[in-house]
Amino acid sequence: MKIGVCVKQVPAKDAPLAIIEGSAWIRESDIGFETNEPDGFALEEALRLKEKHQGEVVAISMGPERAKQTIKEALAKGADRGIHIADDQFYKLDPLGSARSIAAAIKNENFDLILTGLQSDDQGFGQTGVLLAELLGRPHATIIMQIEVTDGRMKLKRELEAGWFQWVELPLPAVLSIQSGINKPRYATLKGIMAAKKKEIVTVPRASLGVPDAPTQHVERIYVPQKTKKTEFITGQPKEIAAKLIEKLRHEARVL
Amino acid sequence: MKILLITEQREGKWNKVSFETLAAAQQIVQQTKGTLAGVVIGKGVAALADELAGSQLDEVLLVERDLLEKYTPDGFSLALRQVIEAVKPDLVLLPHTYQVRDFAPKLAASVGRGMIGDCIAYRYENGKLIFVRQMFQGRTAADVVFTGDAPWVASFQAGAFRADLAAKHAGGKAPVKSVNVNLAAEQIRTKPLELFREAKQAVDLTQAPILISVGRGIKAPENIPLAEKLAKLMGGEICASRPICDEGWLPMDRQIGSSGQTVAPKLYFALGISGAIQHVVGMKGSRTIAAINKDQNAPIFEVADYGVVGDLFEIVPAMIEELEKTKAG
Repeated sequence: MKIGVCVKQVPAKDAPLAIIEGSAWIRESDIGFETNEPDGFALEEALRLKEKHQGEVVAISMGPERAKQTIKEALAKGADRGIHIADDQFYKLDPLGSARSIAAAIKNENFDLILTGLQSDDQGFGQTGVLLAELLGRPHATIIMQIEVTDGRMKLKRELEAGWFQWVELPLPAVLSIQSGINKPRYATLKGIMAAKKKEIVTVPRASLGVPDAPTQHVERIYVPQKTKKTEFITGQPKEIAAKLIEKLRHEARVL
Repeated sequence: MKILLITEQREGKWNKVSFETLAAAQQIVQQTKGTLAGVVIGKGVAALADELAGSQLDEVLLVERDLLEKYTPDGFSLALRQVIEAVKPDLVLLPHTYQVRDFAPKLAASVGRGMIGDCIAYRYENGKLIFVRQMFQGRTAADVVFTGDAPWVASFQAGAFRADLAAKHAGGKAPVKSVNVNLAAEQIRTKPLELFREAKQAVDLTQAPILISVGRGIKAPENIPLAEKLAKLMGGEICASRPICDEGWLPMDRQIGSSGQTVAPKLYFALGISGAIQHVVGMKGSRTIAAINKDQNAPIFEVADYGVVGDLFEIVPAMIEELEKTKAG
């Protein structure tokens, strides 16, 4: 089974976000980056499928030079090789532009299965998997909690809302978006980290892919959201805070 | 502006977010002096189309086929693409549900367009529609506009608009029109099988007057009893954000948010919850919200009435002590 897994590098969870005035992005120079957490579940699922059905796992990431780190981490965990779609300004792409670029970069790979995470923790469009399927002419399913592969078909457990699930069947090749929490992602071992140094990462400049620059949408600006509620902040020593908060909940909000 | 609203039902029951999006659509129609058509898609859903026709819109389009009885991304995209091509709307609006995120980007791409998904609001300024969505897990908002030609496709998050503000039809009922679509079984590659629920919901959190909710900030399963003790003293139930249930620290049926339960208790007390949108949609209707988080910029404070920026491992034990003291007294 030849599996492609899309992994994105995003600002670290606790990174302070400084919005560049008058722009639609944040200052990248002073913050750390990490692999998008939902993509970690997709990678883990790809590695488990390979262990069960043999084959190859290819980690695909788009972004500036720094995105290679996310590919290296995937290789250290057990992916076989990487494809880096290089673009310093990839954050300006709309979801369709991103998906068109990835589709163009991998079209000759003929993956049996392409996995993505549910959404990215930065832009959070949550469309890449579905769009890749449409652009590559493959069937898809999203929010997947279990994958069983038999004879070129998959039986999948999809999560629906409010505690409901559904089994669906799909033929291969296909594209799946994985629900976070489907598995427990492994850590890279020292041996894995050493082995990763010998693994291949092919860099494809996005500009070389011939994807037309035709955005369907434009982020005009990003900003810290205005509060919808006025929050009363309670300050002091822990004991004072506890007493004040209980007092407020009892006599002001009258909920205790 | 000509708007096409695509509603959602499953097994003849509405997904109620459809009516929130209807309220948004009606508002945009009013501001742009446009028209509104609502789509009901499935099989055996004429009664739902009739019900929708009682709302303020210009027409209801009923798309019924045996092959649309169960949702499939192929079936729904192919059918709705034909509706879009026939109606030629400027704007297609959908509720941002799990089902919509499964097919709407594909539907938009099939007509060569993009989708602005998961919007929380819109603004109509100088003849331009600006959609507002969240980025960085709710830590920033973004103003997004469509740049290409219509049709444009956008979805609104649950809770973004109020369903009870959707207007009834002024003159009785809107006409219901059946729309024929071409669809063949071999075009549908997904085989949908049974729907099921994992575990019996042991606890109905929607009925609890007080909920103490824990998030990543609780750090380890050993710390859950601390929150449980507080819940007991306050007469509430314990619940959690998704990562805690994913880790197995609390059972899945105690999860609040878009993939768990939606609650509106008297008091919702969030401990170490950052307030990602997926969580907030499940609890923002609570009467009073209190939150403790070490990050003063955590989005949970946007919906909180009372906020404490600090260490929950210092404040919660102090609250327990205070509650025990007053109880004993």
